[in-house]
Amino acid sequence: MADESPDSSPLGRLGARLEAARARERNGGQDEREASGASRSALALGFRVVTEVVAAVGVGALIGYGLDHWLGSTPWLMVLFLFLGSASGVLNAYRAARHHEMRRARDGRKDG
Amino acid sequence: MASPVEQFKIKPLIPLEVGGVDVSFTNSALMMVISAGLIIAFLTLSVRGRALVPGRWQSMAEVCYEYVAGMLRENVGPEGRRYFPFIFTLFMFVLFGNLLGMIPYSFTYTSHVIVTFGLAAVVFIGVTIIGFIHHGIGYLRLFMPHGAPAVAAVVLVPIELVSYLSRPFSLAVRLFTNMTVGHILLKVMAGFVVSLGSIFFLFGAVPLAFDAAVMVLELGIAVLQAYVFTVLSCIYLHDAIHMH
Repeated sequence: MADESPDSSPLGRLGARLEAARARERNGGQDEREASGASRSALALGFRVVTEVVAAVGVGALIGYGLDHWLGSTPWLMVLFLFLGSASGVLNAYRAARHHEMRRARDGRKDG
Repeated sequence: MASPVEQFKIKPLIPLEVGGVDVSFTNSALMMVISAGLIIAFLTLSVRGRALVPGRWQSMAEVCYEYVAGMLRENVGPEGRRYFPFIFTLFMFVLFGNLLGMIPYSFTYTSHVIVTFGLAAVVFIGVTIIGFIHHGIGYLRLFMPHGAPAVAAVVLVPIELVSYLSRPFSLAVRLFTNMTVGHILLKVMAGFVVSLGSIFFLFGAVPLAFDAAVMVLELGIAVLQAYVFTVLSCIYLHDAIHMH
């Protein structure tokens, strides 16, 4: 097949192919992999942030409802805990995003 | 045509009742047993050869091991090694549950919020106990940020408390919604194939192509969500061991 190559022994041809594959990887592979990884992790981060907010508000409402039911103070504690839940939802989202940022910064340093 | 949510129906296979509580062996339980059996078979049979240069199966098992071990090292640190068996089991159980659910006519046990919440609750309770073991009563300082004035505790402690308690819910809801939504989407698209295809058979090709694309996406999501579930468990473990 590749008789014109300098070394036409099976091992030599394999070496040439490996070298070509490595060159391809160095040029294009890096960007491609990074882009797909970034969009996937962005999707995951987006989902994470959304569920953190929803879960915190839900848990706040649930605690408030439970306490109201127990203490008979309907609906004041639920209102209070909805606000607290919203606050912790934002806090959770902020932490998730910050964690992601810190991780990205660290990975960037490691690569470059 | 079957409803898109019919696939999530729990069917008792062996009806059982203990003390008035329905503990029937269901299709969900059957899938969990199959998944656990497959995990054990996969890991034990693939490394039976103990080859220095791994074959296909052995390298698959080794990739799983290396992946989870790397995740623990990166997110928890060297102290995390002790919890490797638990984290690895968790990862494999969620991963196999998600992937087995992609096989037609099977059942996705991770598409039920009570199952994912059960897993998340184990993580949450376990992590809380680990936190108290490592820090004693000082673990409660987690609810009071550093350097905040004592007066602010009135507001900050409830917020941190709700934030802490919302962890198992966000873990459970994320996995369950991802799996449920994906499966409903697949089923709805498959329904379009039939209804459009009955008008003229070529019309059915469009939703079929879309369904095939969604199938690929869902396979990716199945692995990604198993990863996300495990990596967040690792982060919670990290927070419990090294309080910030």
